[in-house]
Amino acid sequence: MAEQTEFQTYTVNFGPQHPAAHGVLRLLLDLDGEVVVRADPHIGFLHRGTEKLLEHKSYLQGLPYFDRLDYMSMISEEHSWVLAVERMLGITPPERAQYIRVIFSELTRILNHLLFLAAHGLDVGAMTMFIYAFREREEIIDMYEAVSGARIHAAYFRPGGVAKDFPEGLAERIQGFVDSFPSKIDEYETLLTGNRIWKQRLVDIGVVSAAEALDMGFTGPMLRGSGVAWDLRKAEPYDAYDRLEFDIPVGKNGDSYDRYLVRVHELRQSTRIIQQCLQQMQPGPVRYEDYKISTPYRKEMKQGMESLIHHFKLFSEGFTVPAGEVYAATESPKGELGVYLISQGGNKPYRVKIRAAGFNHLQAVKRMALGHMLADVTTLVGSIDIVFGEIDR
Amino acid sequence: MNELHQFIQSHGLALLGPQWWPMAWTLLWTLIKIILLITPVMICVSYYTLAERKIIGAMQVRIGPNRAGFFGVLQPFADAIKLFCKETIIPQGSKKAVFFLAPSLTLVPALLMWAVVPFSPELILADVNVGILYVLSISSLGVYGVLMSGWSSNSRYAFLGSMRSAGQMISYEVAMGFTIIPVVMLSGSLSLKDIVASQQGVWNVIPLLPMFVIYFISVVAETNRSPFDLPEAEAELVAGYFTDYSAMSFGLFFLGEYANMILVSFLGSLMFLGGWLPPLGFLGFIPGIIWLSLKAGFLMFVFLWIRATFPRYRYDQLMRLGWKVFLPISLSWIFLTGLGLHLFGKV
Repeated sequence: MAEQTEFQTYTVNFGPQHPAAHGVLRLLLDLDGEVVVRADPHIGFLHRGTEKLLEHKSYLQGLPYFDRLDYMSMISEEHSWVLAVERMLGITPPERAQYIRVIFSELTRILNHLLFLAAHGLDVGAMTMFIYAFREREEIIDMYEAVSGARIHAAYFRPGGVAKDFPEGLAERIQGFVDSFPSKIDEYETLLTGNRIWKQRLVDIGVVSAAEALDMGFTGPMLRGSGVAWDLRKAEPYDAYDRLEFDIPVGKNGDSYDRYLVRVHELRQSTRIIQQCLQQMQPGPVRYEDYKISTPYRKEMKQGMESLIHHFKLFSEGFTVPAGEVYAATESPKGELGVYLISQGGNKPYRVKIRAAGFNHLQAVKRMALGHMLADVTTLVGSIDIVFGEIDR
Repeated sequence: MNELHQFIQSHGLALLGPQWWPMAWTLLWTLIKIILLITPVMICVSYYTLAERKIIGAMQVRIGPNRAGFFGVLQPFADAIKLFCKETIIPQGSKKAVFFLAPSLTLVPALLMWAVVPFSPELILADVNVGILYVLSISSLGVYGVLMSGWSSNSRYAFLGSMRSAGQMISYEVAMGFTIIPVVMLSGSLSLKDIVASQQGVWNVIPLLPMFVIYFISVVAETNRSPFDLPEAEAELVAGYFTDYSAMSFGLFFLGEYANMILVSFLGSLMFLGGWLPPLGFLGFIPGIIWLSLKAGFLMFVFLWIRATFPRYRYDQLMRLGWKVFLPISLSWIFLTGLGLHLFGKV
C-alpha cells in the first residue's frame, strides 16, 4: 500500500482588521506553512453606494462624492467627473483653468505616490519612509487648503473650470515645492531603491507579464510596471496634457520592484509637468464664462440681478445636461479612473458607473500571491496601492 | 557604614543564633545585591524605551514624546502606569496557566543573565568561571516563553509568530555561539572577567572584526529586533506571538526584549570592545564602568539606528542568511583563529 501523506493547510483571516489591510481588505489565506496556496480577496466593507447616490444629486452636488472615492488621491477623482460632465455639455474650460487642473492633478499624483511609498515601506518594515513621505504630503495638503479651504476633500474642480483662481503666493509656493522635491525623492531612493533588503523583498515578488496585465485590465503604474507604455495623459490627452512634455516610465519584469520604480519615476515626471505648467500658465479666467453652468463671480452677484438669479438657480436646481451617454477617463495616480455617465436631460444623471482602477488590480492578488510566502502578501497589497474607497465605492 | 554592619551582625546573631545567622546573612546579602543589580537594569530598560522613541524620532524628523515631564523624562513611568491599569484580556480557548507563565519566562532569563556580567573587575554578582556558557544556556531558555505564548494564545497569528521566532532564535543562537568561540580561544577562558583582562593589549574586535559584525547581526536577530523582527512583524502578523497579550503581561514581553537588548550590548562590549578598558592608556583615570557603559550605549544606539533604517527580512531569507552565510564564515574564522594561535605559538 502506498504511503499516504496528508497536507494540511490552515486558513488565516487577513483583515479587515489588520495593520497591513490598507483599510478594509479582507483576504482569506490558505497557508501551507508560510506559503500561500489560496488567496481570496473579499470586498464590500466600505460600500457607500456612491453610484446610486449620484443619481439623486445635481451634477455639482455629485462632485464631492468623488473626493471620497479614492481618499488618497482626491482631486484626480474629481477630474474624471468634471471631464464627463463637460463632455456632455460640450464645453471646454478656459486655458488657465486647464493648467490649474493639471497642476493639481499632478500634485495629487505626488500625494498619492507618497502615500504609496509610505505605506509600502511600512508594509515591508521600512518605518522611516513613512514619516519622510508624510512630511512632504503635509506641504501638498497645505496647498489643497490654500486653494479650496479643505485639506483632504477639496471639491475644487468644477464642470467648466475650477472653483477659484490661485490665492496670492500659491504659485510661488508650488514652484518652491517642485524645485526642492527632486532632492527629497533622492532621499527616499537612498533609503529604499538600492537597499539590499528592500530589493530582496520586492524583486520577483508578484510578477505579472504584460499579457496577463492586459488580460486582467490593469491600468496605471501596475500596467506600466509590466512593461506596457500606456498612459491616458499621452494616449488621449485631456486638459493641458497635450501641451506638456513628459515621459512614461516603464518597467521590465512586472514585479513589485518595477512597480515601485515606476512610481518613483512618476514622481519626478510629475514635478516636471508642474514646472512646465507654471511656466506656460497665463493670467485669465478660470471658469467657463456661461453662468448657466458655472458660478457667477461674487462681486457681480452683489450688483447684478441676473447673476443673483444664476447663482440661485445653480445652487438649487443645478444646471441641465442634454440627454446622452459619455465615458470620460483620466489617468488617476492608481490607473484609469473612468466615469460612464448617462443623462436623460434634466439636472441629475440617470446613471453613473465609476470604473475604479483598484478593482481590477485587487483581483490579481489571487493570482499574484500563489506560491509566495505570507510576508510577500503584504508586499503585494502594498505594491498594488489599493484604497478601498474606490474599490467598494 | 561599618557601624551599621556591626549593628546588623550583632542583632542578627542575637535573633537567630550562631547556627542560622550566617546562612540567613548570606541569603540576605545576595538578595540585596540582586536588588541593587536589577533596579538599575530595569531603570535602564525603561529609559531605553524612551531613548528609542526619542532617537528614532530624531531620525524621522519628528519630536518623540515630550508631554510627560521635561523632554519626556516621565514617559516610561506614564507607560508603566498605563500598562498596570489596563485590563488583562484572556483570549477564549487559551491555556490560562501557560498563557500567564509565558511572559515571565521571557523576562526572567533576560534578567538572570545579568548575574555574570562584570561591570568592572570587582563589580560582579556571581563570578563564575564559565560565565559565557551560563549566558548561552540561559539565553536559549528565552525561546520557551515565545513558544508557549504563541501556543497558548489560541490564535493563528500568534502561533505563526512563535513558530517563526523559535526557528529564528535557535538558528541565530548557533551563529552567535560560533562567534563567541574565537573569543574564548583568544582569551583561553570562559569567564567574562578573564576575557576582558585578556584584551589589555588589543581589543578582540581588531583580530575578530568579522566575528564582531556577525555577533552583532546575530544578536539583533536573537532579540527579534528590526530588521529581523519577523516574529512580531506587524505588517503580516499583527504583533506576532504577543498579539493576544494586553496590559502588563504584554509589558513583560517588552521588558524582556529590552533587557535582552541591553544585555547583549554589554556582552558585545565585554567580549569584543575591551569591556571596561579605556581605548587609550592615559584615559585610565575615567572609571571603567563609564567606558563599559559608553561602549554598550553605542551598541544600543546601533540597534535603534538599524531599526530606523532597514526594511524587514522575509523568513526564508533570514534563515538563509543565518545558515548559509554566517555559519560558514564563523566556522572558518574559528579555524583561522586556531591556525593563527598555532603559528604565533600561543598554544
